Amino acid sequence: MLDAVWLIPALPLAGFVLLLVFGRLLGDPGAGWLATAMAAASFVATVVVFFGLLGEAEEDRHFVQILFEWIPVGDLRVDVGFLADPLSITMALFVTGVGSLIHLYAIGYMHGDPDFPKFFVYMNLFIFSMLMLVLGNNLVLTFLGWEGVGACSYFLVSFWFTDEANAAAGKKAFITNRIGDWGFMLAIFLAFAAAGTVDYLELFQATEGLAAVTVTAIGALLFVGAVGKSAQIPLYIWLPDAMAGPTPVSALIHAATMVTAGVFLMTRVNPILAAGYDWVPDVIAWTGAITALVAATIAIAQNDIKKVLAYSTVSQLGYMFLAVGVGAYVAAIFHMVTHAFFKALLFLGAGSVIHGVGDEQDMRRMGGLRKYMPITAATFIVGWLSIAGVPPLSGFWSKDEILLSAWASPGAQGKVLWAIGLVTALITAFYMSRQVYLVFFGDERWKEGEEHAPIEAEAEAGAEPAPEAAGANPGDGHGGVHGEPHESPWIMTLPLVVLSVLAFVGGGLNLPFTEDMHFLQRWLEPVVGENELHIDVSTATKVGLAVVAVLAALVGIGAATMVYLRRRARAVEPAVLAHAYYFDETVSAFVAGPGTRSFDAVAWFDAHIIDGAVNGVAHVVAGAGRRLRSVQSGFVRSYALGVATGVVVVLGYFLTRITF
Amino acid sequence: MITALEVTPAWYLVLGAVLFSIGAFGLLIRRNPLVMFMCVELMLNAVTLTFVTFSRMLEDTGGQSIVVFVLVVAAAEVVVGLAIIVALLRKRPDATADDVALLEG
Repeated sequence: MLDAVWLIPALPLAGFVLLLVFGRLLGDPGAGWLATAMAAASFVATVVVFFGLLGEAEEDRHFVQILFEWIPVGDLRVDVGFLADPLSITMALFVTGVGSLIHLYAIGYMHGDPDFPKFFVYMNLFIFSMLMLVLGNNLVLTFLGWEGVGACSYFLVSFWFTDEANAAAGKKAFITNRIGDWGFMLAIFLAFAAAGTVDYLELFQATEGLAAVTVTAIGALLFVGAVGKSAQIPLYIWLPDAMAGPTPVSALIHAATMVTAGVFLMTRVNPILAAGYDWVPDVIAWTGAITALVAATIAIAQNDIKKVLAYSTVSQLGYMFLAVGVGAYVAAIFHMVTHAFFKALLFLGAGSVIHGVGDEQDMRRMGGLRKYMPITAATFIVGWLSIAGVPPLSGFWSKDEILLSAWASPGAQGKVLWAIGLVTALITAFYMSRQVYLVFFGDERWKEGEEHAPIEAEAEAGAEPAPEAAGANPGDGHGGVHGEPHESPWIMTLPLVVLSVLAFVGGGLNLPFTEDMHFLQRWLEPVVGENELHIDVSTATKVGLAVVAVLAALVGIGAATMVYLRRRARAVEPAVLAHAYYFDETVSAFVAGPGTRSFDAVAWFDAHIIDGAVNGVAHVVAGAGRRLRSVQSGFVRSYALGVATGVVVVLGYFLTRITF
Repeated sequence: MITALEVTPAWYLVLGAVLFSIGAFGLLIRRNPLVMFMCVELMLNAVTLTFVTFSRMLEDTGGQSIVVFVLVVAAAEVVVGLAIIVALLRKRPDATADDVALLEG
């Protein structure tokens, strides 16, 4: 059964090739069904491999399948091979599972779009790339998938590229990711130079023989790559703009799968992180914690329904890095899986809302939608309670696991990280409640003449100049002014229902009650092994922490209820938050001002010094030729004289040197 | 009694040098392409004579085998050179070497 592992990426690849050739022929919705079928078949193959792996003894749960030798150059040997172990199969399961659901949803969402088949070409290519990233048995193959998902992200963010803002958002995502990829590439080079291999298993064995500083450098550089891909500070700026893509793309790529690749990579190379100096995990934990807090505060003041979710994603990814940093890899993966469920659910719900109200994304022009979109509202509320950390929904369990791990990590640092995480949890509950109240409850502000609720008046002034990289596009087929909001077709609500069930019960993967119920922890044991943080905390403390976390969630929800539902207090949405601390503007100003000037200087240097040197040589040669050509008179006897003179000179030279 | 002068290899070398000088000098001062061509031949044959002489002096057949090569090259050269000169003189019977300076740079 394990031999089927090659099928997992092969099926979406086949779908990609088929759609590339026959996509136009299949059209709308045939192309979508083919793509969905391929993603679902890949999910089935993953399930088969999962059960194959489950049948093995715990210590034998890694299976390497080498398909062919890819790059044999000297000492460098890179194979196209797949590593099926608990970590990669866990990832593959939710990538293909959630991916299939989002494909299904997209058939409904993208219906009527003139580029319908092209969308699914990219979607299947994305699934293939993501699976290569996850299943690759060496750094280079992972990097191939890493770049593949980056390229697909670029294609799909700027899918409606006729709008300048969408094209710019795609470029921004791509270029920002390049910075991270630079770190990843250097890590690969360094790993090969130091250990002579890029294969994960060989590399992990080789780390023992390497200098600690080398291993540390490899880990730190890989983290740079992860920061770019997973949108952590300071490279998070691309993710909110990436919301310009169609909503299924936001759900699949920019919430559930691609952005978690950084967390996956850190978990995959946990032996390298463990073998290096301690400051790398500390940096990871602090980056994650600060990102979580900062992004959560920004989300408070966003008015675009998708931007709230985007900053929320950045924040939740920060949680995962916090977990990775303190060594709680299982908690990170656990939160990654539950986050894939509830954040995909929230994004798809947001897409359903956007679809239902006629391509409106501004939450100030929504409200009271639960009466018109009951299924979307109900599923969205499940997602909201889950991310807010209300028991017994999945988000509570995974978030609690991370907070507990932070608390249990050694030193005062752990307590500070825990406090940051707790505050973030409170803010998360607050801004998600705000979103739900603004969209599904309250006045029906989407009617004419009631565009802006008075409560938003102060935030509006600050929010207006922000670049609205809206995903709504007049050409996407389901635009136009709707009379009344309406519920989406079954093809869109079915994935919502399935995901809401998953978001509800997903916590069952790793329940903290008894050792037997730590399913995910025991499953991932062979991968994270002894590098996993050992939580040595009394049960009373655990319960106490959980109670505090729940209280924080309830306080957040309660505060939002007061402000946005009951209108007992004025909303505090300072412009500085709406503008995301002006970080984006600062970067833009820097690049536009000193950055552009320095590039101009480089361009001048290139045009005048480099080109000047090259052209100068050419000028000297041409001038010399112009003078020398008069020697070529055309008179044969002059040439003969020249030859004769030359002979005499040479002879004379030899005669002077002759010795008898 | 006339003492018979012994003909030493030096005589041949001197003869070769004289012939070569005549050829080179003629090449430089004459303008008629045909005469210049013959001067070149004279120089070639002077060199050939020198080769044979040294071959005899050093008892090395290498010098003599070179002669065969020179003959072949000279024959080929005659074919090409004469063809050019004949073509030139057909067009302009009174042409000199200095008149064909079209290849000036």
